[in-house]
Amino acid sequence: MEPHALVERFRKKAEAVSAVVSEVETMAEAVAYTVDLCVHKEACQILVSGCDESLSASGKDLCGLKDWGKIIAAPGLDAATREILVARAKENGISVIEDGLRQHLGGVDIGFTVCQHGIAETGTLVLDAVSEEGRLATMISEIHVAVLPKNRIVPTAENIADTLRRYLARHPNYLAFITGASRTADIERVLALGVHGPLELHILLTEEA
Amino acid sequence: MHTATTLRDYNQQVRAALDNAFLREAMDKFATAYPAGRANAFREYDAAALIQKVVEVKDAGLTRLDELFVQFKAEAEKRGVHVHLAQDAAEANALIAQIGKAAGCRRVVKSKSMTAEETLLNHTLEAEGFEITETDLGEWIIQLRHEGPSHMVMPAIHLSRYQVADLFSQVTRQTQPTDIQRLVKVARRELRPKYAAADLGISGANFAIAETGTIGIVTNEGNARLVTTLPRVHIVLTGLDKLCASLEDALHILRVLPKNATGQAITSYVTWISGANPCAAATSGTKEMHVIFLDNGRRALAKDPLFRQVLRCVRCGACANVCPVYRMVGGHAMGHIYIGAIGLILTYFFHGKDKAKTLAQNCINCQACKHICAAGIDLPLLIQEIRARINEEEGRPLTSSLLSMAMKNRKFFHGLLRAAKFAQKPVASGGYLRHLPQIFTKDHGFRALPAIAEVPFRDRFPALRPHIDQPTMRIALFSGCVQDFVYPEHLEAALKVLAHAKVAVDFPMEQTCCGLPLTTMGEKAAAQDVARQNMAALTGEYDAIVTLCASCASHLAHGYAQLLGSTPEVRAFAAKVMPFSVFVSRLGLAPDHFRQTMERATLHAPCHLCRGMGVTEEPRQLLQTAGYEYAAAELEQVCCGFGGTYSAKFPGISENILKLKLADVARTHAETLVTECPGCVLQLRGGAVQHGHGFEVRHMAEVLAAHLK
Repeated sequence: MEPHALVERFRKKAEAVSAVVSEVETMAEAVAYTVDLCVHKEACQILVSGCDESLSASGKDLCGLKDWGKIIAAPGLDAATREILVARAKENGISVIEDGLRQHLGGVDIGFTVCQHGIAETGTLVLDAVSEEGRLATMISEIHVAVLPKNRIVPTAENIADTLRRYLARHPNYLAFITGASRTADIERVLALGVHGPLELHILLTEEA
Repeated sequence: MHTATTLRDYNQQVRAALDNAFLREAMDKFATAYPAGRANAFREYDAAALIQKVVEVKDAGLTRLDELFVQFKAEAEKRGVHVHLAQDAAEANALIAQIGKAAGCRRVVKSKSMTAEETLLNHTLEAEGFEITETDLGEWIIQLRHEGPSHMVMPAIHLSRYQVADLFSQVTRQTQPTDIQRLVKVARRELRPKYAAADLGISGANFAIAETGTIGIVTNEGNARLVTTLPRVHIVLTGLDKLCASLEDALHILRVLPKNATGQAITSYVTWISGANPCAAATSGTKEMHVIFLDNGRRALAKDPLFRQVLRCVRCGACANVCPVYRMVGGHAMGHIYIGAIGLILTYFFHGKDKAKTLAQNCINCQACKHICAAGIDLPLLIQEIRARINEEEGRPLTSSLLSMAMKNRKFFHGLLRAAKFAQKPVASGGYLRHLPQIFTKDHGFRALPAIAEVPFRDRFPALRPHIDQPTMRIALFSGCVQDFVYPEHLEAALKVLAHAKVAVDFPMEQTCCGLPLTTMGEKAAAQDVARQNMAALTGEYDAIVTLCASCASHLAHGYAQLLGSTPEVRAFAAKVMPFSVFVSRLGLAPDHFRQTMERATLHAPCHLCRGMGVTEEPRQLLQTAGYEYAAAELEQVCCGFGGTYSAKFPGISENILKLKLADVARTHAETLVTECPGCVLQLRGGAVQHGHGFEVRHMAEVLAAHLK
């Protein structure tokens, strides 16, 4: 499949399961999108619901804001992207954390991650999640923003079976296939998003690898 | 949970389910929505080919189960995981309790695991002082209600939002809304602190990949990710049957499982865990991880040439989704722990004969499950085989043994049927029984029952046999008992159509019951006996063996090979068997042979015709050729609820399936409902008469003969 068609197939399949898919040129644009999303979202609902007792001040606030307010969890970023994110978040009064996520099990506003692969067949993100912080960022956030370089999209999982097997063979490994937001239909088979994990999944397709 | 040990008790449980209005509505909605969702998910794929590959992948794994276990254990241990093998449920539960205690754990969060349901793990852990929280929304709901799952994928499908709101109000001690979106958020809020406080996470696994010692978990909610991440100890409990050789094997199954289960291309999350991962809550910084493989009869099953296929099951739940019985009564009345068709089988192996005895009777043998199964399991066949095994172990019920004795002797059996004609005299009039003979209870009054014919077809045939000059073909007509003794007019109509096309017809008098009722009752030896009698009776220079009964056709064509082995003789016999409509459509009768009245007619496709014989198009074409306007009914291929002896065992379910069918037929505004099996005619005509529906129910042979010029 030619690259454009592959990207379009990925987009179509991801949108079919309620992912919000956008294209950005650079990581800086991805950061801007994320901070903007955070500014405009309501503060973390689970906090509002009164489950804030597990919060503590011991987590590291990269912005030095300390009052927590809104939080973007962004573990494992490269130094350059982290720098842009922290600066941009601080301008908007948003805290950025990259570790100590267990201190925030009540929830964070946004989890920001970069994914390793995309599978067009199902609109699936493949995320190396061996780091506990990276895993938690995609589990306890209300919105998961995932950056996916377009050139990492493949038609099917089988196309990268050898690569995936290398992940699985690591010692240890935690690999996540993520397709859309957390969902359930356990009550009267009515679809509801965000039962345990993110309520929304935003995928940012970048030109950069 | 089904626990009844007598059919009478079981029917009481069934009655309660049938009377549960919400359950019926929920099941109806689901039964309507599921096929469309599944078809959509498979739209870009060749579903049959994908399923066939699942069969190959699973079968290849099952032949080397022990080897895969050894490989998984070595690979996982290399990565810091403790791997255990538990012989049975008690051992698995004890092991989990022991690991939990040794690690000083008390608070447990669990993600959904049918294997843990199988072992009733929560009961053991609670008795040992652990505090357990199910985190899958449906599982949490049924845990709070102290119930078992009523579906393998949607455990709380039997409950309404109002029941859930009441339950959540009790749990939170605050009035909760009945809005589903908000109820889901209540669960999100209530369960999050449970994850935070838990020191032990227990999950199941959908895959155990031997080559890398990896477990794969397929979920939508994301609870399994939190369960496997937050607590410092993680125990996986999984059946040995989840072992597969490679990542590719798992990926292939993954391509089929969610599509077949819920019509999803893939679930929201698929989690692949190899080895003990970093965990900040553990003092060592690394999670303590255990994988417990449960045998509980699986290794023995893997060596059983017939039942091995049971272990291919990927737990998608589709066999329940398409089951007309499940649609009527839901999972609690159609399963002990595992539900649906696969549940009827697994209960026998995992939970024993006593739990399975009456449950295994609750299959109408419509074959819908076999044709939807993600792993190509011949579920109806295995259910019949379970009945046979239970008969062997328990001693057969008196009725079953008597029937078996009677049927083995054709003359005696036919003598009984002739005698029945006189016995019904006081109660028969106008072709129906005026009131039911005493052997039936009042539950059977939902349809009018036909009277035994004055003169059976076999006695009429010598006079009716047409003389055909230069016949185009020569066939043997196989009547089956019901047409011979109850509906000889079907066969007479068929003779007219066949004579019109210059087909010479023979009716070998030594033919007897096809034997399907015997197979259904688990009377295997007698079934083999009558199969041999029929094969001997129908040997001759025939171009085809034609039958007007779809059940007979399917049993002659496929059942005999199961009973007698697929010998060249059986295969040659089976190859000649042809349902009436298939045979007639090959005779080249054009529309100008029929009066084109364009009366509106609809079809009921007998289970043994559309699924048993794979015939769907021929009857539709024939109707149109014969001058009828064919109006398709939405539930054309759904069972009519008869199922032979089934309707006598479970009259309440039979009645309700029948009502569903009749209402569907009425929606087509057809004047005539056409079908091709005397059992279906008996059920549908009896129901239409009893409920005063305005359409006629006729056999295909009758409607063709009626329009012949």
